[in-house]
Amino acid sequence: MSISYALEVENLSKRFGEEPFVIEGLDFQVKKGEFICLLGASGCGKSTLLNILADLDSPSVGTVRVADRPTLMFQDASLMPWLTAGQNVELALRIKGIGKEQRRNRAQELLELVHLGSAFDKRPHELSGGMRQRVSIARALAQEKSILLMDEPFAALDAITRDFLHEELIGIWKRTGLTVVFVTHNVREAVRLGQRVILMSSKPGRFIKEWDINLTEPRRIDAPEVATLASEITDHLRNEIKRHG
Amino acid sequence: MAEIDKDQSELQRLSAGLDALESKSTQSDSFARKVFNFSGPLIALALFIGIWQIFFYLKLVKEYILPSPHQVYQALVNQYQEGILLTAAWNSLSRGVQGFFFSIIIAIPIGLALGLSKTVRVVLKPITTGLQQLPSVAWVPAAIIWFGLSNATIYAVILLGAVPSIANGLSSGIEQIPSQYLKVGRVLGTTRIQQIRHIVLPASFPGFLAGLEQGWAFAWRSLMAAELIAVSPALGVGLGQLLDVGRQLGDMSLVLGAILSIMFVGILVEKLAFAPIRERTLRIRGLRN
Repeated sequence: MSISYALEVENLSKRFGEEPFVIEGLDFQVKKGEFICLLGASGCGKSTLLNILADLDSPSVGTVRVADRPTLMFQDASLMPWLTAGQNVELALRIKGIGKEQRRNRAQELLELVHLGSAFDKRPHELSGGMRQRVSIARALAQEKSILLMDEPFAALDAITRDFLHEELIGIWKRTGLTVVFVTHNVREAVRLGQRVILMSSKPGRFIKEWDINLTEPRRIDAPEVATLASEITDHLRNEIKRHG
Repeated sequence: MAEIDKDQSELQRLSAGLDALESKSTQSDSFARKVFNFSGPLIALALFIGIWQIFFYLKLVKEYILPSPHQVYQALVNQYQEGILLTAAWNSLSRGVQGFFFSIIIAIPIGLALGLSKTVRVVLKPITTGLQQLPSVAWVPAAIIWFGLSNATIYAVILLGAVPSIANGLSSGIEQIPSQYLKVGRVLGTTRIQQIRHIVLPASFPGFLAGLEQGWAFAWRSLMAAELIAVSPALGVGLGQLLDVGRQLGDMSLVLGAILSIMFVGILVEKLAFAPIRERTLRIRGLRN
């Protein structure tokens, strides 16, 4: 495996039993420290692909090579309701076998990183959706994996919170040098965040086209460059959707 | 780097504002509501005794069929003064609690096996469910034949009453865990043991607790049935035996007094042991309101 790739996927296909292929013939590489967005409508197999990359499922055909077993974030923060915010972050450390005191300090640091330093003892139900998702980011960071997979993590949040989390995520990505694979059906979100956007077809999921985003940070979701590129990508996405009508 | 720091302080302020706007105030019950929560049941009790008293004054039935509340109270006071009431209540309660703890110890491995293994579930679940449906008083004659009129009979009946409920409660608790929690566990890289320890057990706790509550109710009922049927000097006096003494003497005041005592102990255990744990569990997990 070439040293500069975090992820290499070759001719990857997946079907469940005798059902039609969910994803078919995917070939791509993600460079270490790169931020890529996978974009597609319903049925493009985004979640299936991430499950395979996270080693929660296995490919039917093809190979996946990863530098490090990735961690995965979901649309729902998926915090354990019986633990406090801090304990949820600690859980990741506990599973790695890290001692009690070190665990607590590290969890506190990570919560501070996502601007939730004072929420350590809050229960998930006492937090807003955006705050829960930030705890979930802190938990993912606690694992100290070099690859972060994100499955529509901000789709259920309101636009203001999402906008804030975009900045938060980009800040964390810049400081940590993580490799991020971000899946979304929101074109502007993909253009706002990614260095590269890959558009996928649906049923089966294949790669149709990719764009290198040469916009610099800080960029805003309502910046004219973002809007222009997003509308170009949207046209391609619509053509793909119309094909199924 | 200065650029990043500036961004960070901007983000910090933005996040503080957003969090303040979105945070929910959790309000607890008002003082009046708390007083009512406590006094409401007492009012119901007073009403019940009042209606009973009126019924008694009307003399619709003979006194030996329905004594007055005061006669029942007097019967209990007599038993108390002879030192029987508290001894009987204590004997029953300690038997019940001991039997219940044995039941928990036996039920946990069964419940875990049922919840974690589909094979075990397919084979054993019909049996535990069948046992759960069976009124455990049905075991009393069998237990007397096996163990004679001994404490073993009483514990056997309690166990047969409580173990299936507790095991099934734990097993359903495990089966109902949202698959997302299990998936998160795998993403966090848990071993099989860690997955059970950190995800499965805490996630299944509400189901386990429901099983415990039902198990206790069944244990207490089975115990009373066993005490009522298995009467022997070797077994000492429990509330069930007290009830049987009342029946033999044709002393309706004592019978009703014993019934009320059995109910009272049941309510006490629920209020002091189960209710606080249940409330805490629901509150912590945000399942209240």
